[in-house]
Amino acid sequence: MHPAFQGLITIALGVGGCVAYFYFANQALDRVLFPARGPNAGRNINRANMIRPWVFLFPALFVLCLYLAYPVVETLRLSLTDRDAGDAFVGLANYQQMASEPKFWEAIRNNILWLIVVPAASTALGLLAAQLTDRIAWGNIAKSLIFMPMAISFVGAAVIWRLIYDVRPDEADQIGLLNAIVTALGGDAQAWLTIPFWNNFFLMIVLIWIQTGFAMVILSAALRGIPEETIEAAIVDGAGPLRIFFSIKVPQIYPTIIVVWTTITLLVLKIFDIVFAMTNGQWETQVLANYMYDKLFRANDWGVGSAAAMVIMVLVTPILIWNVRQVRREMR
Amino acid sequence: MANLKLTDVEKTYGGTVTVLSDINLEIETGELIVFVGPSGCGKSTLLRMVAGLEKITGGTLEIDGVRVNDVPPSERGIAMVFQSYALYPHMTVYDNMAFALKIAGASRAEIDEKVRAAAEKLQLTNFLDRLPKALSGGQRQRVAIGRSIVRDPKVYLFDEPLSNLDAALRVATRIEIAQLKEQMPDSTMIYVTHDQVEAMTLASRIVVLAGGGIAQVGSPLELYERPNSTFVAQFIGSPAMNLLAGRIVGTGKVTTLELPEGGGTITSHYPSKPEDKGAEVKVGIRPEDMVEAGDDRFAYRGEVEITEALGEVTLLYFRKSAPGHDPVIGKLPGIHKGLRGQEVKLTAAPEKVHVFRDGVSLLHRDAGVFVPGVQPH
Ligand SMILES: Nc1ncnc2c1ncn2[C@@H]1O[C@H](COP(=O)(O)OP(=O)(O)O)[C@@H](O)[C@H]1O
Ligand SMILES: [Mg+2]
Repeated sequence: MHPAFQGLITIALGVGGCVAYFYFANQALDRVLFPARGPNAGRNINRANMIRPWVFLFPALFVLCLYLAYPVVETLRLSLTDRDAGDAFVGLANYQQMASEPKFWEAIRNNILWLIVVPAASTALGLLAAQLTDRIAWGNIAKSLIFMPMAISFVGAAVIWRLIYDVRPDEADQIGLLNAIVTALGGDAQAWLTIPFWNNFFLMIVLIWIQTGFAMVILSAALRGIPEETIEAAIVDGAGPLRIFFSIKVPQIYPTIIVVWTTITLLVLKIFDIVFAMTNGQWETQVLANYMYDKLFRANDWGVGSAAAMVIMVLVTPILIWNVRQVRREMR
Repeated sequence: MANLKLTDVEKTYGGTVTVLSDINLEIETGELIVFVGPSGCGKSTLLRMVAGLEKITGGTLEIDGVRVNDVPPSERGIAMVFQSYALYPHMTVYDNMAFALKIAGASRAEIDEKVRAAAEKLQLTNFLDRLPKALSGGQRQRVAIGRSIVRDPKVYLFDEPLSNLDAALRVATRIEIAQLKEQMPDSTMIYVTHDQVEAMTLASRIVVLAGGGIAQVGSPLELYERPNSTFVAQFIGSPAMNLLAGRIVGTGKVTTLELPEGGGTITSHYPSKPEDKGAEVKVGIRPEDMVEAGDDRFAYRGEVEITEALGEVTLLYFRKSAPGHDPVIGKLPGIHKGLRGQEVKLTAAPEKVHVFRDGVSLLHRDAGVFVPGVQPH
C-alpha cells in the first residue's frame, strides 16, 4: 500500500476514533449509566454532569500520564541505578560522577549565561520592535519580517547561521556573511564558532533572532491594550516619549513582559537544537540538554544522562510554575 | 486665570471629513463654559483641540492672547479630566496626583504639600496609598480631578466627567464640581457633556454644538427663554418644546398667530414686521408653559392619548396630527385624573410663545444664525 494512503487511513482512524470515543462515552453516560428518566431523573442528570468532565478528560489525562508522568518517574529511577550492573541501586553515585566532570560545569555555566542573556535580550528587543513598529505606516511589514524567523525550525535557523559564521582558509573567498563583511572592511577572517566564551554569544544570537519575533507579537498586542487616555493624560501631564514608555506603558504591560520573559526562559533551559547543530558542544559551548544527549545516546551512560535530565527538570519546574501563575493572573 | 479665544477654528480629518468649522468663541477668565450637543457633534474634538491632543487644522486658538496652535499640551497651562478617568493603574492615588509635579521637577516637599492639599479638598486623604482599582467610580473621578488641581492650571477641561457614574453619584459629583468651581473663582473651566441638566446647572454660559458648528452661545436661561433656532429650542428643555405649524395673522410689537394644526389662535411677545403677515412659521410652546384654556381663547385642541401622572405634574401626550409627527406634549402642574381620551384645549401666555421662521427665531433673525442640519434628539 502506498505510504500516503496508509497515512490517510491512520488520520481517518485517529480522528474517527476520537469522535467515536466522545460520542459513545457521552451516550453511555446519558442513556445507560444515569438515564434522565424514571424516579431519579433529576439526581441522575446531576451525577452525569459531575462525571462528564472526567470522561471527556480521560484520553488527555491518560496520554499525559503515559508520556509525561511515567518518563519522569522512570528517569528518576534510571538516575539512581546502574544499568550495566543489572539496574542496581547506586544512590547518588551518578550525580557524583556528573559533578566531577568539567563538561557538566561548563554546561551549567553556559546555561546560566544563556539564561541571563537570551530572555532579556529577546524581550527587550521585542518590546523595542513592538513600540517602534506601532505607529509607522510600514510597521506591519517590519513586524512580519521580524516575526518570520519564528516560522523556521531551530535546526534550520542553526544551518542558516552556520553559513553566516562560516569561515574558509585565508586564500579562499569568504562565503560566510560575517567574515565577508570583516574582510571587506580590511579585517582577518575568524573562525567565529571556535572562539571560546564568545562563541556562546554567537549561538545565543540565533535564538534571540528567533524569539524576538515572539516577544514582539505578544508585547505589541499588550501595548495596544493600554488605554489611550492614560497616555494622553501623561502627555497633558508633560511626560515626554521616553517617560511615557517607561513610566506609563511598560508598568501597565508588566505582567505580559513577565510571561514573555519566563516563557523564553523555559525555552532557554531546554536549549538543545541550536547547540547540537552548530557546535555540538565543542569549543566550550556545551549546554545541559546537549550534555544529557551526549551521555544518553552517544556514551550510552544512562545513569549520568538521566541525572542530567533530572537537573534540567528541577531547574525548569519553579520557573514553569511561576509562568503559569502569571498567565493565570493576567487572564483575570 | 486665563481667557481663551477661538477664531475660525476648523477640524478636518484626512483632508476630507470636516467635523467642525467656523468655530468662533471667546471665553472669559473665571467662566465655566459647557459644550453641549448631540453625540458625535464634535464636542470632544473641540475640547481636545483646546487641550492640544488634536491638531487644529484651521483657524487660531489663543490662550491669554497668545496663539497656542503649535504649543504642546503640557505648556498650554491646561489640565484635563477624561471620561474614563484615565488614572495610571499602576500608581497609587498619591503618585497619580504627583506625576505631573515630578515631571515639572518640583521638590519633594512641594509635591507633598500640593498633593495633600488637593486630597484634603477632595476628601481623598484616606485613600492616598491605594491603587485606582481599589476605589469606587466616584473616588476615581475625584482623583482625576485632583490630578488636575495639583497642577494649578489656567484652564480646566472636562470631557463628560460624570457619564461613567450612576445616577445618584452623578448628581452628587455634579454638585461637588459646582462647589469646586466656587472655591476657585478665577479658574476657567470648559466642560463637555451631552446631558442638558448638567449643562443648565453648571454653566455660566452654554455653547450648543451641532452639525459641525455652534448653534448658539448664551447663559442657560437665555437659551431656555430665547432660543435662536428650532434646533436649540428643542435641544434645551425636557420634554422638548412643541413646535406647531402656524400662520402670522397680526404683526407689530406682538405677533398674532393662527394654528391650523390645533385649530386655535395665540399671541406671542415676539415682534414681527408688516411683511411677515401671512408667513408660514413654527410656533414653539414648551410643555411646561401650556395651560388649560377656555372654549374661546385656546391655541391647541386635541385628544389626549396617554397621560403620565408624576404627582407634582401630569404629562399629556396628544394624538399625533400625522404619522411621523412628534406628539404635542402638555405638562400641567398637579394631578389631573380622567383626561385620557378626552379632548383638551390648551394655550400659553404670550411671553412663553416662540415664533420661528425658516427654523430661525424672529428675535434672532438678523444675527446670522447657524441652523444645524440635524435633529436635536
Ligand atoms: N480619526 C477620525 N477620523 C475621522 N472622523 C473622526 C475621527 N475621530 C472622530 N471623528 C468624527 O468626529 C466626530 C466628532 O467626534 P467627537 O468629538 O468624539 O463627538 P462627541 O461630540 O460625541 O464628543 C464624530 O462624528 C466622529 O465620527
Ligand atoms: Mg465625546
